[in-house]
Amino acid sequence: MLKIKDLHVKLQDEEKVILKGVDLEVATGQVHAIMGPNGSGKSTLSYVLSGREGYEVTAGSATLQGQDLLVLDPEERAAAGLFLAFQYPVEIPGVGNMVFLRTAVNAQRKARGEDEISATDFLKLVREKAKTLKIDADMLKRPVNVGFSGGEKKRNEILQMAVLEPRMCILDETDSGLDVDAMKLVADGVNALRDAGRSFLVITHYQRLLDHIAPDVVHIMADGRIVRSGGPELALEVEKNGYADILAEVR
Amino acid sequence: MQAVRTAAAARLAEMGWPTRRDEYWRWTDPATFAAEEVPESEAFRVERPIFSGMDKLRLVFTDGVFDAAASDDAALAGVEISRLANAPKWAVDAVGSLEAAGQKPVRRPLAALNTARATDGILVRVTGRATKPLHISYRQSSNTSDAILHHYIKLEPGAELTLLETGTAGARANLVMEVDVGEGARFHHIRPQGRSVGHRVVSAIFARVGAQAVFKSFTLSMNGRLTRNEAMIEIVGDNAVAHIAGAALGDGADDDFHHDDTVFITHGAVGCESRQVFKKVLRHGAVGVFQGKILVRNGAQKTDGYQISQALMLDDSCQFLAKPELEIYADDVKCSHGSTTGAIDETALFYLRSRGVPREEAVALLVLSFLADAIAEIDDETIAADILARLEEWLARHRG
Repeated sequence: MLKIKDLHVKLQDEEKVILKGVDLEVATGQVHAIMGPNGSGKSTLSYVLSGREGYEVTAGSATLQGQDLLVLDPEERAAAGLFLAFQYPVEIPGVGNMVFLRTAVNAQRKARGEDEISATDFLKLVREKAKTLKIDADMLKRPVNVGFSGGEKKRNEILQMAVLEPRMCILDETDSGLDVDAMKLVADGVNALRDAGRSFLVITHYQRLLDHIAPDVVHIMADGRIVRSGGPELALEVEKNGYADILAEVR
Repeated sequence: MQAVRTAAAARLAEMGWPTRRDEYWRWTDPATFAAEEVPESEAFRVERPIFSGMDKLRLVFTDGVFDAAASDDAALAGVEISRLANAPKWAVDAVGSLEAAGQKPVRRPLAALNTARATDGILVRVTGRATKPLHISYRQSSNTSDAILHHYIKLEPGAELTLLETGTAGARANLVMEVDVGEGARFHHIRPQGRSVGHRVVSAIFARVGAQAVFKSFTLSMNGRLTRNEAMIEIVGDNAVAHIAGAALGDGADDDFHHDDTVFITHGAVGCESRQVFKKVLRHGAVGVFQGKILVRNGAQKTDGYQISQALMLDDSCQFLAKPELEIYADDVKCSHGSTTGAIDETALFYLRSRGVPREEAVALLVLSFLADAIAEIDDETIAADILARLEEWLARHRG
């Protein structure tokens, strides 16, 4: 599904190098987790994959189902099936959640040469998905993320994911700022979307999210590289001993 | 009425014509409003008519003259309508009085000129709740029409009126509207201005707002080489509400775009609320001006005044000039103002694009988001939807 090879990235306006040769391959249907200390380049990786401006790829490649991601605009990557759940979802006053969602769905359909979804079908679809995420109708009517609690914002991200049905989902510290109950709700939403044709890349600081979203593979990222990969037990090791041992061992 | 005109001419002679040395004309040049030749401006038909699905009473002015053939029969329960030339008794002393009072503390010579030389206008007295909106529809047939129109609207205590004002009155237009909102009366004014890119307009609203009355005015401007919209609102009765809002979108690629909102709200009573909400979207060298003042007189306690003016620059070539002012002589008031100038928020743009919304569509959504506070000042949902539709038309025409 997602293949990243020797990816080097620097900031566009500064000489600061952030990713120093990332290699990662997520197979179709798998859930991979990336853990790592602050500043290791985890969020940058998610931004570079989804096409945020401000970064310059100096070497390497990233493909989604064989398609070169790095030459595409963010909206083209979305239409190709990539989705990034933001660490800090953006508030957009004056634009209703439903209008936003429908604009997104229809834009992606148009890009793929499909017909627009009818208003009634769309309403039905969103209501159904919202119900499983315990998102009430009132939240759908409100402007995008405005006045939402931290938990509501993250659930709204998962709702967008559920409605847009991407193939490759990247979750950037979706657990940050959530209490245990909210985290569980979000994890349930993600688990409901797991299927043989969809892959996930879950970026997190802590092991606790991985208690709820069980990963197939865990990677440790440090100083712009993946320094170790293993099974779920790797996350437990980090939880127990911190990153210091692993980093010392790698050095 | 001749006495009214003579008095206004005398006011104008005493004040003289404004120049860019005048404090409130530094950013907008009044010269073309005095030029003998009217610069040409052709009406265009790019925009679809607005409010066409609404039941309303329409009064049409073509090139500054009332067009009876194109207008509806001026009969509406609780509303008396006459032309300026046939002023009924109640209007004889009223016309020009609010304009004259509004000449202090800042002089408004173009409004005095209007009172002295108006070619037409309507006089409306509302005695009850108007069952449908009154619609003043301006049309332009000549490319050099020069319209000077003067309207007077009087709402008796408890009366209600929604006034729609649409279209281009002329290649050059000077429009004055005096509004006297009686005790407990409610006045809503919605004004999508000008459907021609080249027109020049100077407009002035002089309002007096009585106790427990509501005055609300919203203007949408998307065209015009030069627009100067002034509003002088005097709150004279306790617990009254006065809101004035505007959304302006200018693209210098269509033609020059210079848009100026100059507002002066005076609180002269206890417990009143005022709002000034002005938003401008500018691109390709468009220029926006905002000059807004809240004056709270001695004794106008418990005043709640708020003013916000914001510009969204879609490129680096634009200019926004803002002068917010507060002058307060009462000690128990809540007054604040803010003014910002900014570009499209790159994080929000990326957020929308990451969901599959193409860049241009995402920018259009963020423009609507920016304007939302001003649009929210429109109470009537049907009217707001029509305004939004016209906005979306403009955004669709100005992509890329």
